[in-house]
Amino acid sequence: MNLTNYLVLATILFTIGALTVLVRRNAIVVFMGVELMLNAANLAFVTFARMHGDLTGQVVAFFVMVVAAAEVVVGLAIIVAIYRTRRSASVDDVNLLKS
Amino acid sequence: MTTALGGLPAVLTAAGPASAVAPADGALGLAWLLVALPLAGAAVLLLTGRRADRWGHLLGTATPVAALVVAVAMWVALLGSSDRVRELELGTWLPGGAFSVDLGMRVDPLSMTFVLLVTFVGSLIHVYSIAYMAHDPHRRRFFAYLNLFVAAMLLLVLADSYVLLFVGWEGVGLASYLLIGFWDHERPNAVAAKKAFVVNRVGDIGLIVAIMAMVAVAGSTDVGVVHEAVGAAGEGWATLIGLMLLLAACGKSAQFPLQSWLGDAMAGPTPVSALIHAATMVTAGVYLVVRSGPVYEAAPTALLVVAVVGAITLLFGAVVGCAKDDIKKVLAASTMSQIGYMMLAAGLGPIGYAFAIFHLLTHGFFKAGLFLGAGSVMHGMGDEVDMRRFGALARYMRVTWVTMALGWLAIIGVPPFSGFWSKDRIVESAFAVAGTWEPWVFGTVALVGVGITAFYMSRLFFMTFHGTRRWDDGTGVVPGGEPTGRVDHPHESPALMTWPMIVLAVGSAALGGALAIRGAFTTWLEPVTGHVEHHEPVLPVVAIMVTTFLLIAVGVVLAWRQYAAAPVAVVPPRGSVLTRAARRDLYQDAVAEAVLMRPGQYLTRSLVFADRQVVDGAVSGVARGTAGAGELLRRLQTGFVRSYALQMVVGIVALVVVVLAVRI
Repeated sequence: MNLTNYLVLATILFTIGALTVLVRRNAIVVFMGVELMLNAANLAFVTFARMHGDLTGQVVAFFVMVVAAAEVVVGLAIIVAIYRTRRSASVDDVNLLKS
Repeated sequence: MTTALGGLPAVLTAAGPASAVAPADGALGLAWLLVALPLAGAAVLLLTGRRADRWGHLLGTATPVAALVVAVAMWVALLGSSDRVRELELGTWLPGGAFSVDLGMRVDPLSMTFVLLVTFVGSLIHVYSIAYMAHDPHRRRFFAYLNLFVAAMLLLVLADSYVLLFVGWEGVGLASYLLIGFWDHERPNAVAAKKAFVVNRVGDIGLIVAIMAMVAVAGSTDVGVVHEAVGAAGEGWATLIGLMLLLAACGKSAQFPLQSWLGDAMAGPTPVSALIHAATMVTAGVYLVVRSGPVYEAAPTALLVVAVVGAITLLFGAVVGCAKDDIKKVLAASTMSQIGYMMLAAGLGPIGYAFAIFHLLTHGFFKAGLFLGAGSVMHGMGDEVDMRRFGALARYMRVTWVTMALGWLAIIGVPPFSGFWSKDRIVESAFAVAGTWEPWVFGTVALVGVGITAFYMSRLFFMTFHGTRRWDDGTGVVPGGEPTGRVDHPHESPALMTWPMIVLAVGSAALGGALAIRGAFTTWLEPVTGHVEHHEPVLPVVAIMVTTFLLIAVGVVLAWRQYAAAPVAVVPPRGSVLTRAARRDLYQDAVAEAVLMRPGQYLTRSLVFADRQVVDGAVSGVARGTAGAGELLRRLQTGFVRSYALQMVVGIVALVVVVLAVRI
């Protein structure tokens, strides 16, 4: 199987994730978009590692997973906190700092 | 050696840089008392306040008298010693590593002469003031200021470094300011005081610059050290220091072009005019020039400028004196003119130094006497100063008349009165100075000055004491003019006022002759001024003398015909162009206003404008630009998270495109 296909898939997944972030209002869904982008990046890392016969890309993929896990914890906590105070999970409503 | 010094803490007998000069021991070690006594008097009078009102004038008079006693003791001690230049070290004043200023006093014939003049005339004027200021509610304050003046003046003449001299210099300026504006509830007096202060500041800049130059050249401000170093430093430095010292002298001594304040300074009480603006303070400039003789010796150009300034002021003051009707302003103009004589003499170099100081001494007596006489006339005439409102007062004020007559004869130079001995020597020296055109120009100016002096002083004397009565004696008839509505009862002043006048009149009559015997005074000053061989004048001495007498006679006769034999108008006639110019002090104020004040105001106004527009404009422009840029950038911050995300994506895509485009 041609390895390039994996890269194409990673690009498609990344684009879907980015569009989700840009288009959707619900913070949870936006979050899912971010996760999709991260995993697309992971897929690209692993593919390149395979292409070059070098394990560094696979190691980085593991780092990304760890960081993503931590980011999800913090991000979901923020979303819950915002939902409690503003009764909304829409990212467009979070504009208190705007004068 | 220092037994008489009592509690004085640090008398260093032979230490410091001035160790070449013999220390002041015995009675001479009391020099510090001269300054301390009047200073303590001023402090007590000012600090105790109204509680001292009853006895303040007595304490105020006692301190200069005590200083006079000390001065006489010192004088006797100095006369009995062969080494007549002494230094009293009182310790270090400003310790500053390589550069330090010692607190010391220089006792030599020059400073001793001044000390005696200041304490003697000062004491007499204090006594006079007791009666003159008797009805003034602020008499205690007046005596405090007078004491302050005496202390500062003595510090000025005794200082052994230019920095200490500067302290005294400013002290007399302050006292002068306070006393000119003593009756400052009237606006013109306060304005006159301010004018004197400001004009003096201009001169003080000269002294400050001179001191800076001395530090640069000699690394010291000690009089002796500076004088040695300046000779070695070259003519450029000496000329700079000399001209700057002259500027200072011009400010203090009311010499051209800084003469404008003296006439207005007559706003002060008359004893102040007598002591400060005639006898002592205004002669400090002459003292400074003579004291700095070695500097001028190394700078012939500066010396010539001194003589020129003296000659100009001599004629300036004399011309102004001819036109003024205010008796005190005539005397002020005359003071200016006589100090011009002293400056001229000092500017002649070593041959003139002794005569400058000699004239200063005799002038101190007769001019103080004349001022006290004027004060006595004012006292008897209800504070009137317009001579056109006097006339025929000789009958009513016998003592004032006689004492002023002696002062008048002394100042116009009639032998054998004091002024003759001193002024005649100056005229002679002016003709004897080295040079091609100098003896003729300076000699002629001095001679012409003698004639004009005789005219305006006779005018003052005749207008006041002779001629027709021009005041209302109660009959309501005033010959030659309208009555003022005020009836005058001219009367002689009390004994406390007449006695000082009598003493000064005796001095005016006899002092010059006594000191001129076998050149006693010149010999006495030799340790300071140096010995000078007699120079032959370009004209025979007899010719000069005869011309002098002729000019005096012409001046007196003219004044007699115009102001005693003929009736004097109460309303001043229009007069010639020169008279009108002289009445306005030869437009000195108008010139100063046009040349200095207006451009100065224009300069400050344009500086303010530049500050507002350029400096402030740049600063607030930057602030406004920053704020405007912030206002524009603010619009990008919408608060929508998704638009931020879009911006980031677009930015990253753009970056990637750029990076790839560069790669390919």
